[in-house]
Amino acid sequence: MRGEVSIKVENLAIGYRGKHEVKRVAEGISDTIHSGELTCLLGENGAGKSTLLRTLAAFQPALEGNISILGRNLADYGEKQLATVIGVVLTERSSVQNMTVEELVGMGRSPYTGFWGRLRPEDRAVVDSSLEMVGISQFRSRLVQTLSDGERQKVMIAKALAQETPIIFLDEPTAFLDYPSKVEILHLLHRLSREADKTIFLSTHDLELVLRVTDRIWLMAKGKSVQIGRPEDFVIETETGRFYFK
Amino acid sequence: MKRPVALWMVILVLSILVFFFLNLLLGSVTIPASSVWDILLGGDGDKTVWRNIVLKSRLPQAVTALVAGAGLSVAGLQMQTVFRNPLAGPSVLGVSSGASLGVAFVVLLSGRLGGVALSRLGYMGEFAMTMAAIVGALAIMALIVYVAQKVRGNVTLLIIGVMIGYVATAIIGVLKFFSAEEDVRAYVVWGLGSFARVSGGQVATFAVIMAVLLPLSMLLVKTLNLLLLGDGYARNLGLNIRRARLWVIICAGVLVAIVTAYCGPISFLGLAVPHLCRAMFRTSDHRILMPASLLAGSSLALLCNLIARLPGFEGALPVNSVTALIGAPVVAMVLFRRRKEETGE
Repeated sequence: MRGEVSIKVENLAIGYRGKHEVKRVAEGISDTIHSGELTCLLGENGAGKSTLLRTLAAFQPALEGNISILGRNLADYGEKQLATVIGVVLTERSSVQNMTVEELVGMGRSPYTGFWGRLRPEDRAVVDSSLEMVGISQFRSRLVQTLSDGERQKVMIAKALAQETPIIFLDEPTAFLDYPSKVEILHLLHRLSREADKTIFLSTHDLELVLRVTDRIWLMAKGKSVQIGRPEDFVIETETGRFYFK
Repeated sequence: MKRPVALWMVILVLSILVFFFLNLLLGSVTIPASSVWDILLGGDGDKTVWRNIVLKSRLPQAVTALVAGAGLSVAGLQMQTVFRNPLAGPSVLGVSSGASLGVAFVVLLSGRLGGVALSRLGYMGEFAMTMAAIVGALAIMALIVYVAQKVRGNVTLLIIGVMIGYVATAIIGVLKFFSAEEDVRAYVVWGLGSFARVSGGQVATFAVIMAVLLPLSMLLVKTLNLLLLGDGYARNLGLNIRRARLWVIICAGVLVAIVTAYCGPISFLGLAVPHLCRAMFRTSDHRILMPASLLAGSSLALLCNLIARLPGFEGALPVNSVTALIGAPVVAMVLFRRRKEETGE
């Protein structure tokens, strides 16, 4: 069963606008993503996955085309509003020292807290349920720097949940993890898309794992457009699919 | 994890009270504690000389140390957070070099061009130096703020700031070369940094300016907490990175400019105190770290001033030597500890 339309992309071109030239990374991207769906963005290194994610998360402007989030143009959102619509989990490893898991997840409440960033009881309740949902309540009091990579990734996902955004973008959430942790994170994300009705969009290299959980695949190849479809479409017959499945 | 926040805060406040009183009590002239107390309460304290020493020399000096320490430490904390660099300090963006440059211009050129050595002008000279330092520091800060809007990366900005500092030092070198010896000496003395230079009348101005600036800088706690997560996450949580960076730099820059103008360049306090506070409070939360740095900065500055004035040194020991002697081991210790934690030894 499909939810409401959460992300609608029309004829999107992404890249960088320099002083003298425009570097186009990909173009002609169109798709509609619904709430409760898990979408995976695949592609080799340098294909432009991060650029696409950054564009969708409003970190950089699109060259052409239109991105609408929950029926509204992405460019029309203010910074504060956007923070309540899109949550991110990035590859940049934040080097916070002396911050507990609970405090870091609590930072996800920033768009809702007041001037000093003090958490109200209702914010604490959201933090608690986010920790619970990701399954890290038991180490809520531990310092973030003492966690393993997989545990840290879960903390950042809990942070994004605490942000209570309908959409979560994740840039290579499985990149530095061992195999069991990769499986665990992907299953967690799949469960969140279903149980919390989140729109989850992630980039990854782990194709074989992704096929079991994803609803849609966006496949990027260098210099070409982005191919979009259901996982089974790719297994059967596409040019870039062959590249991946040979 | 339980953190003994209240306990440490109380300890810091008590240490400030103790060090402040010791600053009034100890010095080359021995004055009994009861007399000091009496003088503070408005009495005569037995001798007019004592009264003058306490009220006109020791009290302004203690207040200067109290306020300057707080300002430098808060500025240092802000710089370390905005640049996510443990080695950043209040002077990292060349703001204090700018103050030095301003003073160098006025002190060194006045003798050369005006024919009047500023160092002989007494109170007027002091005032001119303070103004020159403020103008120099704010000019460099304006330049940095301009650059900050042009460049994206923090590291680039940091390097440019350090470069500006080098250029300022080079110009000072050239100025020194062409100056009269007497003026160079006056400049060098200014450069040693001192809490004792600010006279009674100026202390009030200094304290009032800082009493306005320090609470204002506290308004940035949420911004600083978000910046801890890194630019990407901070932005996703609704922070305008450029504007935030600008405000933090302006705030820290003005604090450093004012303190340097009144006390000369005081090194190490601003770098060491935030590390000390993180280690004491085991937190990165600026709602705790900002007031903690303010208190610890005041306390440490008072202690340094006390050591600089210990009997035997007779006030001859430059404050900068003391701050570095205390600051350097603190920074080294904290970095060692962090390494240990990371490697799990």
